Amino acid sequence: MIELYLTEISKYVIAGSMAFFTFFSFLVFIYKGEMRRGWIYGLQTISLFVTQFACFIQIIAQTGSKRYFFLLMIQTIVLISTISMFRMVYPDGNRLIINNMCMFLMVGMIMITRISYGKGIRQFIIASASIVIAFLIPELLFRFAFLERMGWIFAGAGLLILLILLVYGSVTNGSKINFRIAGLSFQPQELVKIIFVFFVASILAERKDFKSVVIVSVIAAVHVIILVLLKDLGSALIYFVVYLCVLFVATNQPLYFGAGLCSGAVASFVAYKLFPHVQQRVMAWKDPWTDIDSTGYQITQSLFAISGGGLWGLGLYGGTPSSIPFVEEDFMFAAIAEELGIIFASCLIAVCVSTFLMILLEAYKIKNNFGRLLCVGLAVTYIFQVFLTVGGDSKFIPLTGVTLPLVSYGGTSVMVTIVMFALVEGECLVRSDERYQAYLEKKREKINAGKK
Amino acid sequence: MQGKNKSYPIMVIGGFTVVLFIAMIIYICSYAINNERTMMDNSYNAHQQLLRTKNSRGTIYANDGQILAKTVTDSNGNETREYPFGKEFSHVVGFSVNGRSGIENLANYYLINSHATLKSKAEAKENEMKFPGDNVYTTLDVKLQETAYEALSAREGAIIVTEVKTGKVLALVSKPDFDPGTILDEWEDITSDKDNTQLLNRATQGLYPPGSTFKMITSLEYYREKGDEYLEYRYNCNGKFTNGTDTIRCFHGESHGALDFTKSFAKSCNSSFANISLQLDKSSFEKTLDNLMFNSELPWDMNYSMSSAICNADIKDSDMMQLGIGQGTTTVTPLHINLITAAIANDGILMKPYILEKVETEDGKVVEEFEPAAYKNLITSDEAYFLKNMMEKVVTDGTASRLKGLDYTAAGKTGSAEFKDSTSDSHAWFTGYAPAEDPQIAVTIIVENAGSGGEYAVPIAKRIFDAYFEK
Repeated sequence: MIELYLTEISKYVIAGSMAFFTFFSFLVFIYKGEMRRGWIYGLQTISLFVTQFACFIQIIAQTGSKRYFFLLMIQTIVLISTISMFRMVYPDGNRLIINNMCMFLMVGMIMITRISYGKGIRQFIIASASIVIAFLIPELLFRFAFLERMGWIFAGAGLLILLILLVYGSVTNGSKINFRIAGLSFQPQELVKIIFVFFVASILAERKDFKSVVIVSVIAAVHVIILVLLKDLGSALIYFVVYLCVLFVATNQPLYFGAGLCSGAVASFVAYKLFPHVQQRVMAWKDPWTDIDSTGYQITQSLFAISGGGLWGLGLYGGTPSSIPFVEEDFMFAAIAEELGIIFASCLIAVCVSTFLMILLEAYKIKNNFGRLLCVGLAVTYIFQVFLTVGGDSKFIPLTGVTLPLVSYGGTSVMVTIVMFALVEGECLVRSDERYQAYLEKKREKINAGKK
Repeated sequence: MQGKNKSYPIMVIGGFTVVLFIAMIIYICSYAINNERTMMDNSYNAHQQLLRTKNSRGTIYANDGQILAKTVTDSNGNETREYPFGKEFSHVVGFSVNGRSGIENLANYYLINSHATLKSKAEAKENEMKFPGDNVYTTLDVKLQETAYEALSAREGAIIVTEVKTGKVLALVSKPDFDPGTILDEWEDITSDKDNTQLLNRATQGLYPPGSTFKMITSLEYYREKGDEYLEYRYNCNGKFTNGTDTIRCFHGESHGALDFTKSFAKSCNSSFANISLQLDKSSFEKTLDNLMFNSELPWDMNYSMSSAICNADIKDSDMMQLGIGQGTTTVTPLHINLITAAIANDGILMKPYILEKVETEDGKVVEEFEPAAYKNLITSDEAYFLKNMMEKVVTDGTASRLKGLDYTAAGKTGSAEFKDSTSDSHAWFTGYAPAEDPQIAVTIIVENAGSGGEYAVPIAKRIFDAYFEK
């Protein structure tokens, strides 16, 4: 009987604390400078742990299993140490991105654990390891400024990996490529995302003449075409949009952007005519109901889940997320909406947008051209992937089958996204260094003026 | 290399993304919330099963609180659905095994959900019971339903009674019927029946030739075209009307003699109406049929069939004559005729018919309440006045004379629809309302294969009106 009350009350606590977290994640934009935002980050962290605690209360109330209690303790320790250690190691870093990242990881681990305990543990281990690695990255990026000038090497490396995939890759599910190394499956095209952003940012930071733009565009197009041939439509779209946005920011040329969009539209149309699997996706999006048994099955099950949860959700372990095929990879949004409610799910998307805007803001402020383009590229990579998966789950756009970064199950995806955020933190260091140098410059001038 | 500090593309990208995501979140929320019910009723939705294991199916009540369907749980936790009135409400309440029908289907979403307070849920859990599903109160009136059910006796046919000012459905009978409580045991028999008509709700799904009841519509069209000129209409009936090679006969070859328009209607003279229909403008008639919801959707939430009446500029005269008297290819459902009758009685305004009154939790908290709503102005109040006058004459000087001289005044139209060849008996129709001066209820009756409407359908109407006004 007490379980019933706990489950019901925790529903509102979860949605409420998530709403607070979301509110704070936008409130920070009003205050300039990390120093002034300190108290907001504090409240945000509290909301995060209230949400987590309420989720575990619900899980324990529903399952009566004690093993979740220990998991809660370990996860809390990892998240608290991530947030506090980051603050100590990188006082100049951006804490919003770290807080949001912890929220995504927390929600993801809870949902995956709920769907499959074993996968949840695996995800937790991979995420913890990635966080450890991520602590080195900002410093490395800051030190190894020569990375900025290695554009062509990145281009070569990215293309090489994709080509190897094209030749040797074992095809699973028609669109996902796994490399199995020592029992661990690894999706290299996730890694190529970062390499691609490095390549585009580094070249376009230096050269913006027409000839260079054409060459870079051709190389980018080759990336996209290989991905289409690999039937990885989601990634192909992400690379394409990322390239357009970085090009737009680098050149300040709306014309390039417009021309790119037009050629993208033409290419999509050609792809639609050429590939039956693209047509199938579009048909399933237009009307999933008539073919509910086969092509429309996934999307309709996802829609059932999203609408079935109502505002507050059915409670963890209260729904049937496993009725959606590949739920923990491609349909995390639907599973979250079903069990934690549509309010919670909407807040989660809003936090994604807040993360994206914070990275863009860093890009806006940074003076170093490469850094700016790198941040823009990573931000767009991130948010566009969110758009594809959430839009696909909810029938807003056709389904492409990409993961919800940090939330969905998938070791490579989680690791790569954590690295992406760490790279942005690295650029934050570059920016604060810029500010410090400017400050020194001013001081020097003052002293010189005093001498005269 | 140092860039410019202000970068407008970054602002454009940021702004565009924010707008896109706001649009997406609004889309997701509105889609999920607006389609929740239809999705819940989809048989592929696992949530339905989930709710059924969590909640016990709610109770269906009549308008006075009598139970029409309830779930009983025995000591072993086995659930059975009980229908205290047996066959009397078979089609309208329906069943919920091997698929669903009737109100069991219409209100399924409410019945399987539970909005009970946390307290009563906790109590149920303590007693190791399922949570009580929400209860549904219907507009159905047990007394009228029983009267209608008994009046139809062993005949096949359908009866529908609605409240004209609100659109409430008070009674809905269809025969042959079945017992929803034991339908599972008889499932083989019922579904192996070749014609498989036992499960068909004839009141809403049965398509019949409307016969003379259609003369309401032919008259309406004549009035629309000619206005008060109808007063000058004269016809001399000798039992049949011939146009070229086509002949229309009056019912049983009766000669009605000298008639004006109102008398033609009251006596239900086929010859006169065949004559009238040839004077009608075909495309204007087509439009009127459109207005009256022929060949189109009806405002009805449960299963129904679409009525069909074909008229267009190219239609042959012979077909026009058949159409004018409601024969030929024209088919209607009793529901449709009832809606038209109710609209006439309600000064031309059709109220949306409804059968669910409110949904309550087990503890009596109202979850949802349904209010009467006007569906549309089917005809003008002037046209309604014209038709009402004529329908009163049907009772005072016409085929429905068995409703004459009662405590209340009724009005209506009979019909005797021929459906095979002239040797078999006709379907007996009556559609009407009472009291004539301030209409409360509309009654539509069809008795299959019985004979004339005046003889077989009108007495049933009388019993229903009597029952209604007795209270």
